[in-house]
Amino acid sequence: MRLTLNGEARDAVSAPMSRLLDVLREEFGLTGTKEGCGEGECGACTVLIDGAPVCSCLVPLAQVDGANVQTIEGLGDDHPLQHEFMNEVGAQCGICTPGMIMAALSLGENPTLDDIKVALAGNLCRCTGYAAIYRAIMKANAR
Amino acid sequence: MRTAISTLDVRSVATVQDAVAVMRDEARVPIAGATDLFVALNFGTLASRRFLDIWRIEELRRIAVNGDVLMIGALATYTDLIRSPVIAARLPMLAEASRLVGGPQIQNRGTIGGNIANASPAGDSLPVLAAVDATVVLRSAAGERRAAFNGFYTGYRESVRRADELIVAVEIPAVSGRQWFRKVGTRAAQAISKVVIAGVRDDRTVRIALGSVAPTVVRARRTEEALGAGASIDEAVQLLRDEIVPIDDIRSTAGYRRLVSGNLVRRFLTDTQ
Repeated sequence: MRLTLNGEARDAVSAPMSRLLDVLREEFGLTGTKEGCGEGECGACTVLIDGAPVCSCLVPLAQVDGANVQTIEGLGDDHPLQHEFMNEVGAQCGICTPGMIMAALSLGENPTLDDIKVALAGNLCRCTGYAAIYRAIMKANAR
Repeated sequence: MRTAISTLDVRSVATVQDAVAVMRDEARVPIAGATDLFVALNFGTLASRRFLDIWRIEELRRIAVNGDVLMIGALATYTDLIRSPVIAARLPMLAEASRLVGGPQIQNRGTIGGNIANASPAGDSLPVLAAVDATVVLRSAAGERRAAFNGFYTGYRESVRRADELIVAVEIPAVSGRQWFRKVGTRAAQAISKVVIAGVRDDRTVRIALGSVAPTVVRARRTEEALGAGASIDEAVQLLRDEIVPIDDIRSTAGYRRLVSGNLVRRFLTDTQ
């Protein structure tokens, strides 16, 4: 199995029905992607496949053969969303944060609050509350 | 406990021809966006061990109009349906239903063929297909056949699809009149429906289909016939509540479902007057 992971061509040797989430965390050591519910309800494990946000707990490795996968690590340390999540305190425990940021990456330019709510409808946060998260995304997109 | 991955076997195919050849020779469960199947895997309730990955069959992603018939390929995702100008023009209530499935992550992976194959009574797209009298197109190595969507399910999670048949498309005849869709769940996103309803109404006929109120998606035939014969809205609401057979489960109660289904029918009939 060969995929492009955060811009680099990588070979994966895990079993083809492995969850992409486990391959990322265990085979590639990319533990930024979190497991929340394991059933596609919480969005904590969100990554981009060919640019589209998906729950990596529901994707078999076999289906990303040849695909372009981006995880939170692919953003580096200096992305506007990362800065604004810190500035606006859009994270408390932090488990949902990588998924929130990956889902937010799918937004076009100058999103409205409604656009942001729709884009993040598949991501749950149980401690920050959503107001700070929406604010962080608004500010990052205004940068 | 999660199903052990090492016990699972998968083959990937890129064409329908290859898919049906494999399904003729081996018992394998087709796997598309995996949004239902991998939930079962994570819960350890997955019944099968052998799968056929059909996600890359590009020919099944097509949405097109042939004459009067709208043809939706089985691998069209909810996102495809939401973005399709053809769906917006001909079957807007399917786009509306698609927007209420899970969240964007699920909409990017879940497919209409998967919703049909999964056969849940709560499938959000299914009342739409029932209300418009859709046809399911099935392909096997022996050829192609068509099955009326109303009649496709034979019981709870059971259908007329044979194990060697792949759902390749769903066909929808021209729909005249107003289309109406509502889903009632705990919240707008990421909720499985307590009641889901699709209606079509033109000058002569009313068609009503509901999900989560019976072992399969159902058409409210008695209510439809009564309305055709001139029943009042009050009479239709009462008849509908008697006609459906909802149950108590983790998401709702039979009583609530009956009450809400009647209210939804009242709103449908009022909105489309």
